[in-house]
Amino acid sequence: MTPADLLGAVILVALVAYALLGGADFGAGIWDLLASGPRRREQRTAIEHAIGPIWEANHVWLILVVVVLFTAFPVAFAAISIALFAPLVLLLVGIVLRGAAFTFRTYDRADGGQRWGLLFSASSVLAPVMLGVVVGALASGRLHAGEGEARSDALAALSAFTIGTGAFTCALFAFLAAAYLAVELEGELREDFRKRAIASGLAVFAGAACVAALSWQDAPLVFRGLTARPFSLPLHLATGACAVMAFWALSRRRYRLARLAAALQVALIVVGWGASQYPYLVVPEVTLASASAPRATQVLLLVALAVGALTLFPSLYLLFRVFKGERPFSVLDRRPAERSDRRQ
Amino acid sequence: MSDLAAARWLFGLSLAFHIVFSAVAIAMPVFMVLAEWRWRRTGSEVHLDLARRWAKGTAILFAIGAVSGTVISFELGLLWPRFMAFAGPIIGMPFSLEGFAFFAEAIFLGIYLYGWDRVSPRLHLASGVAVAASGALSAFFVTLANAWMNHPAGFDLAHGRATGIQPVEAMFPPGWAEEVVHVLLSCYAATGFAVAGIHAFLLRRDPSNQFHRAALAITLAIGGAAALLQPLSGDFSAREVARSQPVKLAALEGQFQSERSAPLRIGGIPDVEARTTRYAIEIPYALSLLAFHDPDAEVKGLDAFPRDSWPNPLLVHGAFQVMVAFGTGMAVLALAGLWLAWRARGLPSGRRFLTALALATPAGFIALEAGWLVTEWGRQPFAIWGVMRTSAAVTPVGHLALPFGLFTILYLFLAAMVIALLRRQIAHAPSSSGEASRPGAAP
Repeated sequence: MTPADLLGAVILVALVAYALLGGADFGAGIWDLLASGPRRREQRTAIEHAIGPIWEANHVWLILVVVVLFTAFPVAFAAISIALFAPLVLLLVGIVLRGAAFTFRTYDRADGGQRWGLLFSASSVLAPVMLGVVVGALASGRLHAGEGEARSDALAALSAFTIGTGAFTCALFAFLAAAYLAVELEGELREDFRKRAIASGLAVFAGAACVAALSWQDAPLVFRGLTARPFSLPLHLATGACAVMAFWALSRRRYRLARLAAALQVALIVVGWGASQYPYLVVPEVTLASASAPRATQVLLLVALAVGALTLFPSLYLLFRVFKGERPFSVLDRRPAERSDRRQ
Repeated sequence: MSDLAAARWLFGLSLAFHIVFSAVAIAMPVFMVLAEWRWRRTGSEVHLDLARRWAKGTAILFAIGAVSGTVISFELGLLWPRFMAFAGPIIGMPFSLEGFAFFAEAIFLGIYLYGWDRVSPRLHLASGVAVAASGALSAFFVTLANAWMNHPAGFDLAHGRATGIQPVEAMFPPGWAEEVVHVLLSCYAATGFAVAGIHAFLLRRDPSNQFHRAALAITLAIGGAAALLQPLSGDFSAREVARSQPVKLAALEGQFQSERSAPLRIGGIPDVEARTTRYAIEIPYALSLLAFHDPDAEVKGLDAFPRDSWPNPLLVHGAFQVMVAFGTGMAVLALAGLWLAWRARGLPSGRRFLTALALATPAGFIALEAGWLVTEWGRQPFAIWGVMRTSAAVTPVGHLALPFGLFTILYLFLAAMVIALLRRQIAHAPSSSGEASRPGAAP
């Protein structure tokens, strides 16, 4: 295993963390947009409480991906930035508007936050769609990103497949957010999000089928990677098992188990994407090896990441411990009687 | 507008915007923690109220700083992919470490803002300290990368490619310490004066208001101390520039011909055609004295360098004059404050002093932006001094005026919203007649 492989793994892990944490924050924004029924207002308030203390920390995973990419694989960073200029700019617009609108809504109480709600939720859709488009385009094998002749073509990133991955990303994030909210809420609100988790879980299932079908046409290398590698079948089986477990747990109201299953499912999907395009960073021209920075940089970066992780993980645990209850990552639900002393 | 110009405008706009919010996010937590610490020690409700209100302001400004910083990390590649392909492996290290500092900042700010009633007093205060410390650490790392662009080190150049990269050496290029200190001081001075100015303005209308007096005491102490130290740090920086980037020094002083016993030019308009700086007040020997601590030292002029490696002396000299003028003004004001405080044995709150402070509200940020322009314009036409020209770093992507327009609208909109929001926060500040402050309320 080379330093480049290890750093590729770091990027993948950071992307998994971004999907599970930052993705769920976007997903919560999507549910803000889709808030409906008699408890529409309460749903939005619950979303605001859930992501308020943590969204900024969750967002930093994306920064980590960017800095590791340009330090360890500078050629790939340059090539991706050129080839995917348009969707990346739109992703930034989404990120900026989401963060700004959420903050303005939190602190601008003059109108109860109505004014900023739509901007917050609409940009919560824009960002994951663009993220999905970028990921889809990287995997599609249609980008001309080879060293020295990287080209930008606003339309290269746009195909049925990339739009499909964009929509799929939205469904995934919404599913995660609903599964998390079902754990964190109580009573009728919890039931609202349990139903939303089931519905978006079905959307994830349909989206996955669509994307896989589209990849057969549009991203043949990914399709082969998804189907013909030795790890393909076990990976798909594991992902499928998680999906089934999530549905079962949701239907039995085992919220924490459902949350775990949903998170595992999403993590496996991201890992599956990464593994299926290994060793390419941009299919089919830029690989981990071809884009690598000198060894001295990569080794030192690995050391820095290890040291950084020693400060990061305890702090992150503290954050979730403070705001997500005593057992932030536990799988077992408490009995109702035990629970009443928590939250507020 | 050429694509290179659009790329420079867009990147410049993004940084000019971000720099304000990051400076505030570095200094504001210090004020907020000091206020909370004072409340915990003395039980002074005014200080609790102050900590809570400052925390709100910090939250708004930090969030905008975080998202605008994200824009910059992407724009490094979107606008300057060739720069990043070259420089990424060399200066990626400080950026990566900054990532962890940013993580700490975001995590502990979350705990601080939302944790008033959820964590122990000690952990709450410690979280605030962690936010302040990691903010300073972020600035430290990012400035290291900028110092490297000004004075590249830690690699060998062979046929336009970097070989023999030594990331640790690249992380601490010559002049890093001077630049880091100058940047950090500018953040505390600019934010301190801006916040002190607002409270001074409100104190003029309501002189006995304890809330504003407490606020003024904290911000004036920090901002004033930083403003007093800044000319000293500026002297170190200028001497470092004289040693390692003589062409930048020549541009920022409007020095066209090399000469011994060079005069210091205050004001004036550099005329590139005539190779002279007109209308400047010249102080004999002063430049040689300041730059090399020797009245007879030779200062290299722009003429000593090939014409195509000159920065634009009009811009650089102009920005430098603005920075020095406002910086000096702040130092004088800080000195006056010190003297008044010593005479009054307490917070200086004479009406004229308060008026001066109120007028100086934007001074620090004007100086800070001007100083940033000096270092960036002064490095042109290079992105990496002597190694890569800005024109060689730019992306091949066309139609860059489009994203420039888009982000201009976006940033104008955000700036307007932030100002409106802060104005409303300030308008709700407690009056001296004792409007209820609500320590128990959720932030």
